[in-house]
Amino acid sequence: MSLTDLTATELGKRIKEGKVTAVDAAKESLENIKEKDKGLNAFVTLADEAGVIKRAEEVQRQIEDGSLTGPLAGVPVALKDNLCTKGLRTTCASKILSNFVPPYSATAVENLEKAGAVIIGKTNMDEFAMGSTSETSFFGAVKNPHDAERVTGGSSGGSAAAVAAGEVAYALGTDTGGSIRQPSAYCGVTGIKPTYGTVSRNGLIAYASSLDQIGPIAKDVTDCAAILEAIASYDTKDSTSVKRDDTDFTSALGGDVKGLKIGIPNDYFGEGLDEEVGTAVLAAADTLKEMGAEVERFDLGLVHYAVPAYYIIASAEASSNLSRFDGVKYGYRAKDYEGLHQMYKRSRSEGFGEEVKRRIMLGTFALSSGYYDAYYMKALKTKALIKQAFDKAFEEYDVILGPVAPTVAPRLGESLIDPIKMYLGDIYTVSANLAGLPAISLPCGVNSRGLPIGLQLTGNCFNEKTIIKAAFAFERKYGESIKPGGEEA
Amino acid sequence: MSDKIDNGMIEYVGILAKLEFGDAEKEKIRLDMEKMLDYVDMLNELDTADVEPLVQVIDTGNVFREDEITNPDDREAMLANAPEKKDGQYVVPHTFD
Repeated sequence: MSLTDLTATELGKRIKEGKVTAVDAAKESLENIKEKDKGLNAFVTLADEAGVIKRAEEVQRQIEDGSLTGPLAGVPVALKDNLCTKGLRTTCASKILSNFVPPYSATAVENLEKAGAVIIGKTNMDEFAMGSTSETSFFGAVKNPHDAERVTGGSSGGSAAAVAAGEVAYALGTDTGGSIRQPSAYCGVTGIKPTYGTVSRNGLIAYASSLDQIGPIAKDVTDCAAILEAIASYDTKDSTSVKRDDTDFTSALGGDVKGLKIGIPNDYFGEGLDEEVGTAVLAAADTLKEMGAEVERFDLGLVHYAVPAYYIIASAEASSNLSRFDGVKYGYRAKDYEGLHQMYKRSRSEGFGEEVKRRIMLGTFALSSGYYDAYYMKALKTKALIKQAFDKAFEEYDVILGPVAPTVAPRLGESLIDPIKMYLGDIYTVSANLAGLPAISLPCGVNSRGLPIGLQLTGNCFNEKTIIKAAFAFERKYGESIKPGGEEA
Repeated sequence: MSDKIDNGMIEYVGILAKLEFGDAEKEKIRLDMEKMLDYVDMLNELDTADVEPLVQVIDTGNVFREDEITNPDDREAMLANAPEKKDGQYVVPHTFD
């Protein structure tokens, strides 16, 4: 068993107890990547090996002298490649940023470093986080560790695969429409998308700013709570950052779910949902019921309108955000052009991939004069209705339970043929982004082929602790059920 | 099918988005956009006449600060990523004669 097969907090505990060192952990992580990543393609860039060891030694010294005491001190981490890392190439899995070395680090990354993280490398993803399969990367598709012929999901597919394969102990991902939760489900790991504004977006290369959130991808709920606690902060560099004094998320690990009110939207269990996925998710609801939660079905409404509203809003914001890539200050510049405007056009047209260009075009159209009201404003009004539907649901329930995705991980190549079909795979996840809600994805079973199935628990804004508590309770019970004899995990 | 997207519209949106396409790529983008807009037209089933558009879910209001420089002068680090530079400045094609 490798050190990076341990959960992040178990590994952190062993380092703190002096059983292993941060250097041992970093070396094992690097070795595992050398051995496994040719088959997975989870990483775009690895940090310089000597630099990693030096950093691990420095962290180890700080642990020994008592200046670093947190649960993640000395633990190796991978970061999605849309998070800026000072001096470490950050590409967004795009040709246009393929040589970009940020002059600063994202606030969430700085927070992790303060907690003693040892950064191993940057993970592969859909280009600019636009995709649900991690196949639109300029650096090639990521393969699912459970079945190399299948996708990892996306867009944080590299982060989910790296954690599932034990290449690193944990990772950061980002979630604009499900990009933490859906790859976590497909790869059999756990991920949280926090309430909008909880984690600073400073240094996250923007896709859709009103929806983007950074969050943890890890092996269990305990890790996710500890990581989220470390990265959450109020930041004056992100004007949508929220001042919270309740980010002690690990305090929610434990307690029982007696009396917890859980609602299951009927609308999530209709056409399009794979039968095995539905069965596993409802079995998870039964487990929580047996543990004392009050579980009932209800009609959420508007579910089918979330995906079209999401794609208009996200594409519109992307078209604006990605206008900064002009071949002047950083990034790719075309070789052949006449004049400034052709330089812009050629650099962008050669630098962006197909899916990114498709969304920039859709978003530009939706914001253009004459179509703005019909598309962009209509989508924002739909968003308001969706938010109202959730507000109403949370008057009755503490947690909304459902699947993360309609199916298990699809085969490579299958989803790219029909973009709308791929977009529909986000039907259960995009609403949490539109309404700003926290949601967790965690394993709740496998299908007949042994492919992981994810359970999604969504809470009201700022109620991460409620979903962490419910997820932790379920995870323990589910863990007992799949490990007869109660042997140590 | 949506009839909003003809070749002229793709040209026009391309100018706004600063993107250019070859003929085959243009046709693919046009068809994809048409399909997507047909799908999105589903939103017209909803009566939103009295609904206020929602931009920010969590309203933190306007965030003001003094316009003070807090970061150090890191010109070299900034220029390190420039595709073309000269004498500590970015190089761009001639914009006027």
